[in-house]
Amino acid sequence: MIATAYAIPDVLVFLTSALLILVGAVGVLATRNPVHSALSLILALFGVAVAFIAQSADFLAAVQIIVYAGAIVVLFLFVIMFLGVDRRETVRVEPLVGQRVFAGVGVLITVAGLITLFARSHWVTGAIAVSSSGQPLATGSKNVTQLGTAVFTTYLFAFEATAALLIVAVVGAVLLARRERSVDAEGSQS
Amino acid sequence: MNVPAAWYLVLAALLFGIGAFGVLTRRSALIMFMCLELMLNAVNLTFVTFSRTLSDIGGQAAVFFVMVVAAAEVTVGLGIVVSVFRRRSSTSVDELSEMKG
Repeated sequence: MIATAYAIPDVLVFLTSALLILVGAVGVLATRNPVHSALSLILALFGVAVAFIAQSADFLAAVQIIVYAGAIVVLFLFVIMFLGVDRRETVRVEPLVGQRVFAGVGVLITVAGLITLFARSHWVTGAIAVSSSGQPLATGSKNVTQLGTAVFTTYLFAFEATAALLIVAVVGAVLLARRERSVDAEGSQS
Repeated sequence: MNVPAAWYLVLAALLFGIGAFGVLTRRSALIMFMCLELMLNAVNLTFVTFSRTLSDIGGQAAVFFVMVVAAAEVTVGLGIVVSVFRRRSSTSVDELSEMKG
């Protein structure tokens, strides 16, 4: 963490992603209209994808765009329009007195604790000693190879469990969203 | 040289905080889900940052699984939101208070 001279492009990329993430995240919870919130969410997710690319996680950046911006946010928008809940958000009253103040204090304590943990401890567990694997992370298509090798060997069992989880989720969504009426096209979207 | 990992970690902590604040204060179940996605992304960013710092691909594999679980969670969660909306034509979590003790 000693401040040496960092390459200007890297700093610019970081600042871009930070700007995208923070503006998008604040936009999600500051706008009234749920559609605007969903669009702000896309902005934040793009920022995270930029941060992924800057840290040599190319495959994950692509998946981030495809899965999050391409599927999850579209699912959100679809549900918003299906329910017709845009601009239905109630006025800004607080049903619980002081809820926002308490939430703000709690979040501030949490964030301060996290940053302190990052700054003061030796990467929390001292895990540098067990970084093992030896080879540094590759970028580009090598990153896909590396990640694929890890997923299909070391984490194969978790990967197979993921398949079962997805099947259960799809069946559950179809069952939840399908009632006696004929609006059953919604749950099978993802 | 790349920017230090601490910058990304602080950014992820801020993103997590914003998401947590949204979950704690917003009423609409849909917005709460979106803020949940923000928190998951903050954790993903932390994973990727440590993966780069420690030169261990395991962090990126964890992010892969988190994404899968997030997709499943959103699918089921939005299904629940839709069925709740059918029943009471509102997605406000304040109105779901039958089980209040």
